[in-house]
Amino acid sequence: MKLWKRPKFWQRLMCSARRRSPWLFHMNSGSCNGCDIEIIAALSPRYDAEQLGVLLQGSPRHADILCVTGPVTNKAVNAVKTVYDQVCGPKAVVAIGSCPATTNVFIDSRTLDGPLDKHLPVDVYVPGCPPRPDAIIAGVVKAATLLAERGNNPPQTEVAIATTAEVQP
Amino acid sequence: MNPMLTALARLLIFPGLLFAVPAAWFFLWVERKAVALMQERVGPPFMQPFWDFMKLLGKSTPPRPGIAGFIMRAWPLIAVGSAAGAVGLLPVLPASGGFEGDLILLLALLELPSICIISAGFSSRSIFGEIGSAREAALSVSYNIVFLLAIVSIAASQHTFRLEALAAMHPTFLTVLGIIAILICLPAKLHINPFSLPNAEQEIYAGPMTEYAGPELAMWELAHGLEWVAATGLVATLVAPRITLAWGTTLLAGALFVVLSVAVVLLLSVLAAATARLAIDSSVRFYWQCTLIFAVLAISSALFVRFWL
Repeated sequence: MKLWKRPKFWQRLMCSARRRSPWLFHMNSGSCNGCDIEIIAALSPRYDAEQLGVLLQGSPRHADILCVTGPVTNKAVNAVKTVYDQVCGPKAVVAIGSCPATTNVFIDSRTLDGPLDKHLPVDVYVPGCPPRPDAIIAGVVKAATLLAERGNNPPQTEVAIATTAEVQP
Repeated sequence: MNPMLTALARLLIFPGLLFAVPAAWFFLWVERKAVALMQERVGPPFMQPFWDFMKLLGKSTPPRPGIAGFIMRAWPLIAVGSAAGAVGLLPVLPASGGFEGDLILLLALLELPSICIISAGFSSRSIFGEIGSAREAALSVSYNIVFLLAIVSIAASQHTFRLEALAAMHPTFLTVLGIIAILICLPAKLHINPFSLPNAEQEIYAGPMTEYAGPELAMWELAHGLEWVAATGLVATLVAPRITLAWGTTLLAGALFVVLSVAVVLLLSVLAAATARLAIDSSVRFYWQCTLIFAVLAISSALFVRFWL
């Protein structure tokens, strides 16, 4: 039991701040670069993710949300785990594209150790090959909402899926 | 009024902490919004720097054992303290009495955050932090010569290092030259775009801040915002004087200070949005070859005016 309990309004403020300020770190685990290009497109002036407070950070230490692309190759496994540990909590993982979700067309390849949820707790899947930038932004917003709800508690087993159908009329 | 109380009020209320912290967030927002508008985007919401700060306060930090960890945690706090002190020293309100700071103290306090950044990068033991710190050190050596010469030339032309007297001076050709030289140095001092190479995002991860996380990073963001307030405020107080003296009311002086500071922030943001990052050799050459001539010209003419005319 904690000696000093944080007041309620502080928790509400934190919840609000986590929802409004998702900072991303982009991790490529052997992707074909298609999804990486779409992530960059989502952050570009045309889609302007900064309206939602989204910033791409250079260092995993600064990030809240880890965006992983690629089917997790044998070479990338340790890097993915290390970077996940370097992100400070509370944190969320967004799997971008079909590769980290299912290993996609590379399934059963001997050079892979995927999919991603074998190694990390994935919170949001953004399926697509590659997914549209709107779907990526929707996925990041979902992850930010998850972060705000769970705070410092460990990740749940339920996962969310963000698709373009939700954000397009 | 009691001089001690006045000094405390200046340090804690206006233009000190109570004004400077919201102003820091506001200036960071103005910078980001201006860049967004230049790129035809909507840009971040008004409260964005505040939310970023609060979120960082709520994040965890990696364990930093021992004296090295303690030192690493101390740098951002020193940077925030010195930047806030520099803001508190600015002679915004005319003849407010209390603690009369001088220019040398203000310059030292303005310089301290960048020394903190250099030390922080090296004490983080990260290779990217060390590269960033080395760049910051090289840049700091280049722009500071021009910055200091410009300020000394203004001070020499007014025969004083007292901030109150400098704020009340009548602008001459020399002071205008000096203010322009200070403006040229501000992008390097604030690490914005043409000279953003110490914390070059993505290129060397995050430069000296690579290893910082959570509340420590929040303190760095705050220190950066306060540096904005202090640096633009210095220009604002040097530009403002004649209008302030003509009307002379405290409220007007405060409002004028804010308006002029925002104008300087807008100017620098537009410059940042319009330019790309220069490499270290081009930046150093810019200050040593192009700008230094004007600074030397300014100080030599100031000394000439001082001693022979």
